[in-house]
Amino acid sequence: MSTETPSKTDPTLGEYQYGFHDSTDNYVFKSRKGLDEEIVRQISGIKNEPQWMLDFRLNALEIFFSRPSPQWGADVDQIDFQDIFYYMKASDRQEKSWDDVPEDIRKTYDRLGIPEAEKQYLAGVKAQYDSEVVYGSLQEDLEKQGVLFTDTDSALREYPEIFREYFGTIIPSADNKFAALNSAVWSGGSFIYVPPGVHIDFPLQAYFRINSENMGQFERTLIIIDEGASAHYVEGCTAPSWTAESLHSAVVEIVVKRNGRFRYTTIQNWANNVYNLVTKRAMAYGDSLMEWVDGNLGSKITMKYPSIYLMEPGARGETLSIAFANGGQHQDAGAKMVHCAPNTSSRVVSKSISKGGGRAGYRGLAKVVKGAHNCKSSVVCDALILDPESRSDTYPYIEVEEDDVTMEHEASVSKIAEEQLFYLMSRGLTEAEASAMIVTGFIEPLVKELPMEYAVEMNKLIELQMEGSVG
Amino acid sequence: MATLKITGLQVSVDDKPILKGVNLEIKAGEIHALMGPNGSGKSTLAYALAGHPKYEITGGTIEIDETNVTELDANERARLGMFLAFQYPVTIPGVRVADFLRHAVSNRRDPDRKEGENLIPMREFRKELKERMGELGMDTEFARRYLNDGFSGGEKKRMEILQLAMLKPRFALLDETDSGLDSDAVKVVSEGVNRLCGPDMGVLIITHHERLLEFNKPQFTHVMLAGSIVETGDASLAAELHTNGYAKVRERHPEEAAEETSEQEESLASV
Repeated sequence: MSTETPSKTDPTLGEYQYGFHDSTDNYVFKSRKGLDEEIVRQISGIKNEPQWMLDFRLNALEIFFSRPSPQWGADVDQIDFQDIFYYMKASDRQEKSWDDVPEDIRKTYDRLGIPEAEKQYLAGVKAQYDSEVVYGSLQEDLEKQGVLFTDTDSALREYPEIFREYFGTIIPSADNKFAALNSAVWSGGSFIYVPPGVHIDFPLQAYFRINSENMGQFERTLIIIDEGASAHYVEGCTAPSWTAESLHSAVVEIVVKRNGRFRYTTIQNWANNVYNLVTKRAMAYGDSLMEWVDGNLGSKITMKYPSIYLMEPGARGETLSIAFANGGQHQDAGAKMVHCAPNTSSRVVSKSISKGGGRAGYRGLAKVVKGAHNCKSSVVCDALILDPESRSDTYPYIEVEEDDVTMEHEASVSKIAEEQLFYLMSRGLTEAEASAMIVTGFIEPLVKELPMEYAVEMNKLIELQMEGSVG
Repeated sequence: MATLKITGLQVSVDDKPILKGVNLEIKAGEIHALMGPNGSGKSTLAYALAGHPKYEITGGTIEIDETNVTELDANERARLGMFLAFQYPVTIPGVRVADFLRHAVSNRRDPDRKEGENLIPMREFRKELKERMGELGMDTEFARRYLNDGFSGGEKKRMEILQLAMLKPRFALLDETDSGLDSDAVKVVSEGVNRLCGPDMGVLIITHHERLLEFNKPQFTHVMLAGSIVETGDASLAAELHTNGYAKVRERHPEEAAEETSEQEESLASV
């Protein structure tokens, strides 16, 4: 029945491995294009939500319409918000076995290698396809220990108390225009609760796939790591190479309680026509550790600054960020660290690469509020520019309201030196191999932090970006 | 027998002529020494032979076994067996010695290998790397370090010789491989070169010291002055230059010596 209509992709988008797509004829529900109150009511109605959530959505919609688009960072004025489908439902339920997932959707995930990875090294998986999660699994022993890993819509129905306690408290709708947009039309996303003292050794993975053209994907993720618990969550993202643009605007809220440890890894590889405007924030409490590992490849525009609020003494925050901008792409990525309590520490390491006329930058904030004594903050951002057409920017903002603070900031911008290329080429490497090796080396300090499977994936993605780079 | 043949080679850097017609023929199994004062063009010859894009060949040819390589890129020349041991090897942060060498060795052994195709088997590669490192007195820990990153001067030179040993080129150009080394390090490097020299490899040793030549006796010594090879002799010429310097050579070649002087004045004037 399906699938893979080969036409309608834009040849100028070049080689993008995940650019295939399935037919949308069999979708259970497609909203009409555009955004207004009726669409929001429709989404909430289909989901059979409680009144408070509808109110929450409508309030957010009002905020979205009342806010101007940001005039800093990347150019988002080109987005036509009325030319987007805000809700697309491909399947009417979430399955627990891949065999039950509709065939063309299952094939997509097969091609992305998800079921195979699940067998080998994942503790649990969520697969979101356009607006809804179509597959979910969690290891039995984790279920028994009280771990909750579900899609966010189900969490609203099944765990209303814990849901309502945290939802929208870390990132209020009014935080920024795109957080408001997500709050109005959110659908899908992951909900994770790890009970006190429970350690999850293998990663939980979510896989976000946009399939439809002109689609807006607005997943909403809420993660609560209770006292002394630990987990690692990984998200991957791809989309077909449509000629028309898609919008991805997620909100991710995280709470890490006392002595908890949590790492959130993103390996984003959107097609080159996706606007990726994401708000991610974590609150880290006493002696906890929160880490963002943020790999940004693909997309047309990415604006994303994962932040960590260090709420109680001893909390630590760490962000490792990689951005790769190729021709026609603007990666405005970075990190925010807000020290709200004494004796908190943070570290940001950012590596950005721009190539073929692409623009990659670091935008970051290191903030120490009044009363947060004896904090430590370190920011290191390195940029590598591969050719004269490409561009790199660094915007480090620092706001410190205490004196006894250790702040370090280092930034470097380098070009691939002719001498490095020649050295490698004089040993028999082609120019492309030599450039790829230099780039791989440049991000090595971050990639080595990833579990092996993801490090391999990351290097493979970088190699794909480097292919055909020399002409 | 493998031959590297350089005919009438003229090379400019930033439009400034440096080499003015160099002729030189090196056969596998031979050791040649290239000597000459600073700025005479020795390193320029090495870079031009290896294919550095900044060194523009404006005349003449370079041939390996009658294949004209003058227009080829550095990597193509390397696959045909050219190797330059750098005087100042650059640092490549984040790239492990073993990963780099495995790529390089794969390309050298299969010159038609395309990007992304199979590398030589890991087990075989590791075994060989370990043996070569052992011979050069290098700790195997080096294989995991980032290429030349934080290496001492001596370690860098040893790394060059390790690459030479792994790549097994047909023609090795050693550019001041002995400079900046203490005598123990020179000995290690020389022994390494000695072990590699043989009927299958021709060597050009560029130096203005004699130390490396004591261990690796050249059959031919060439003297370069102002971008030309002005004299060729045997090992005794190297010894003579070591004792007496270049004054006598300049006397015997007043034309080049004059050129050398005027170039020096020019470069002083341009400062």
